[in-house]
Amino acid sequence: MSTTTPRRDRAKQAKPATTQTLKPATPGTSQTASGRHSQRWLAWIFLAPTILGMGLFTLVPIVASVVLAFFRWDIISAPTFVGFDNFAEVVQDPTVRVSFLNTIVFVIVAVAFQLGLALALAVMVQEKMPAWLRTFFRSAFFFPLILSAASVSIFMRYLFNEQFGVVNWFLSFAGIPAVPWLTTPGGSAAVVILVYVWQNFGFSFLLFIGGLASIPAETYEAASLDGATGWRKHTYVTLPLLSPTTLLASVMAIISALQVFDQPYVLTRGGPGDSTRTAVMVIFESAFQRLEFGQASAIGVILTLIIMAITAAQFRLSKRFVFYQ
Amino acid sequence: MTTTTERVSTRTPAVPARTRRKPNWNLVLRVVLLMIAAVLTLGPVMWTLSTSLRSPSESFKLPPSFFPWNPDFTSYTQVFKQLDIVILVLNSALVTGLIAVGQMVTAAMAGYAFANLKFRGRGALFSIVLATMMVPVQVTIVPVFMLIRGMGLSDTLLALILPAIPTAFGTFLMRQYFLGLPADLAEAASIDGASPWRTFRSVYAPLAVPGMAIVGILAFNFHWNEFFRPLIMTISERNFTLPLGLVSLQGNLGTGSISVVLAGVVLSMIPALVVFIFGQRALQDGLTAGSGK
Repeated sequence: MSTTTPRRDRAKQAKPATTQTLKPATPGTSQTASGRHSQRWLAWIFLAPTILGMGLFTLVPIVASVVLAFFRWDIISAPTFVGFDNFAEVVQDPTVRVSFLNTIVFVIVAVAFQLGLALALAVMVQEKMPAWLRTFFRSAFFFPLILSAASVSIFMRYLFNEQFGVVNWFLSFAGIPAVPWLTTPGGSAAVVILVYVWQNFGFSFLLFIGGLASIPAETYEAASLDGATGWRKHTYVTLPLLSPTTLLASVMAIISALQVFDQPYVLTRGGPGDSTRTAVMVIFESAFQRLEFGQASAIGVILTLIIMAITAAQFRLSKRFVFYQ
Repeated sequence: MTTTTERVSTRTPAVPARTRRKPNWNLVLRVVLLMIAAVLTLGPVMWTLSTSLRSPSESFKLPPSFFPWNPDFTSYTQVFKQLDIVILVLNSALVTGLIAVGQMVTAAMAGYAFANLKFRGRGALFSIVLATMMVPVQVTIVPVFMLIRGMGLSDTLLALILPAIPTAFGTFLMRQYFLGLPADLAEAASIDGASPWRTFRSVYAPLAVPGMAIVGILAFNFHWNEFFRPLIMTISERNFTLPLGLVSLQGNLGTGSISVVLAGVVLSMIPALVVFIFGQRALQDGLTAGSGK
């Protein structure tokens, strides 16, 4: 905001004749020290609700969460300091381990699927086509994003029902016998991934559409003059020029997939066994079902560290592989 | 986003000099593939709608229904009997509405301060606000739960509303929005002798309404659909929000009356649908905001 000062000086210099006559009429307006003073006051008043609210409901809880990870506390009795015990227990707990492993597998499969699908659809939509068709496809792929993950999981649970589900009904025409979707570990994991990607690919799709639109047409003209067609055009022009968008889309997709909760909670409650239990489900269960708030915080701290590490790693990688114009 | 569409339209004539000569098989193939994707995307929603309009005893029978040819509204009357859906809708509306209004007001104020007002520590403070966006709700939920309990607000709607009002993303959006408005306006206002407050009130606040609408629509869409926080913060059913109520209804009814549960799901979709129809552009712009730079 250093730019405002010269601008004000300019305003003063611009009309030297009028200021002389105006000055007595408007003494001490915002140009002066008292003006800057009142700006500062207004700034703090305007910031107060946001800053206080964030301090209370985000910053204090972050600190509290880290502190709590070193205590054993069930809310009822007084908390006791246990050092790194919570971390040690959590790391050895088979349920926690399986849940983190599930989450990592889920993130890899779901994000690859989501980005691949979104990119393919975005490229197909952005090439020449009637405008109304393009609008229709864009709206259709965007639509699932406005629904609640809980509601989506409710109706998807019926669609994937083994006996009367619509999915198995369609598969029966291809001669595939009824798939036990929600009663086997593999089936449940597949459903959670499919339902998650179904709802979220539209977001990556929108990012890719924006990225594709920003690739200048001249680049394609130059490429086709050089004889690039079809696939080669995409591998040599689209993909490299799209890499900043791809990085952004993958960071956002990975971070949100790491926090998956609603879909597995409603679809499978983490089962059968622990096959679809995720990291956030374990936080939820150890805090609000087993009342082990210290352990829940320890798991939360580990999850946050993983999220931060992945974000940092991706931006590192980007320096090597992302092509900026 | 308006600039995006302009760029699209200027680009399109340039690409397909090649495709125009041959019969356009490229376009046909693409449209067929995209249609399959669109059917798979919209199909489950069509099934939900038309199954909610079958009678409860018919609802699980195959073949499935994808178009409500003979709508039967029994499930809709049933869902009102099975579930205190009026309370759920009121709770959801109250929670979502107050969060949206609260976010619009506080984000506009904070965004304006970060964009147009001078004070010491502005850059550092803004970085802190941005950094809080990286912390997932699930990680802070335990201390927030304790805090709410300490404030005597556990199992109230305020427990859902208050922590959701301060918004880092909304503040970021509004700051960008104010930075996009011409700075000459402030200059002109201060030459006319307007105080910083007058400048905001009479010049910038009216211009900020479209930006605030984006913040409001995003907040509405997110919190209307929210499941995790209500699951933790509310205990008694009279404080449930819609998604929570519907999930517990599905649990209570098992697989007996699909159509009743689906009627509830369809009812819960209506406000989101209204937002989709009237605010799709704003939603898309808001969701992808920040990806530009």
